Amino acid sequence: MRNLILVALIAIYTLGGTARAAESLTTESALEKRVTTLAQDLRCLVCQNQTIADSNAPLAIDLKNQIREKIGQGMSNDQIVDYMVQRYGDFVLYRPPVKATTIALWFGPAAILLLGLVVLFRYLARRRREQPADVPLTDAESERARALLGTTDKDSQ
Amino acid sequence: MNRYLPLAIFVVIAVFLGIGLYLDPREVPSPLIDKPAPAFSLPQLQQPEKTFSRDDMKGKVWLLNVWASWCVACREEHPVLVELARSKVVPLIGLNYKDERKDGLRWLAQFGDPYDLSAYDYNGRIGIDYGVYGVPETFLIDKKGIIRYKRIGVVTPEIVRDKILPLVRELNGNA
Repeated sequence: MRNLILVALIAIYTLGGTARAAESLTTESALEKRVTTLAQDLRCLVCQNQTIADSNAPLAIDLKNQIREKIGQGMSNDQIVDYMVQRYGDFVLYRPPVKATTIALWFGPAAILLLGLVVLFRYLARRRREQPADVPLTDAESERARALLGTTDKDSQ
Repeated sequence: MNRYLPLAIFVVIAVFLGIGLYLDPREVPSPLIDKPAPAFSLPQLQQPEKTFSRDDMKGKVWLLNVWASWCVACREEHPVLVELARSKVVPLIGLNYKDERKDGLRWLAQFGDPYDLSAYDYNGRIGIDYGVYGVPETFLIDKKGIIRYKRIGVVTPEIVRDKILPLVRELNGNA
């Protein structure tokens, strides 16, 4: 009987242990998820075409630690992004904000595409206008064409 | 007119690409220009028991140079800083960035120490506050503690002559 109680106690104790471990693991992975989400929006300034989530450069690792620390201090995602922008400028954002200086960047490609479409349609319209209408050949003309092609009515029959 | 259109397009593209070729993508405009230099207080490299803080330099125009013994470009820049320090025009403070203390000290012993003192930023926290991403970086800070100029990369004699010295003169004269 005493053994049974002991076993039961051990079982309960270990169960509680795993439950606690699992709990801290989920909060930890939630934290890491937030760090990764934020890190994916921030540019690594050492290796400029990577996000700090993708980069293993020492600065990227420092910045990820910095994000983790700021989350620990209870800062919101926006506050953390602001913190980075204050230090590294808009360039740190992988998705640059729409501003006077970034208008060309945001709308340039669409504007060029639009311009291209306008040019294309005008060109097509003009070509259609300039094309002579389909007029059937006169008898003399078809006779001449046949002669040039070296065919006769007999051949075609 | 239409005959020259492809040529015109080519010229426009060539000019833009040409400009792009001469821009340095590493030179990112710093948001810290004309903003107060972030406050910090760090142990000194040579005398760990003493601290250096930003406010120690209040009322002075000074240079903060971020360096590390592992930074190859810092060696290139070093003679320029030694020369600048010899002229005693402007106080030069080092920020030893993400370095081992003994490596930093050995570096200074080997190449000479142009700094009035070096603050020791072991984990690079202060570097992050200053937006440091490529050592060496140099900040010119005015009497009120406002960052007036930032150089990312090697400080050359031309930069000292054309940018730093005129600005130091101006900042010292005005206040």
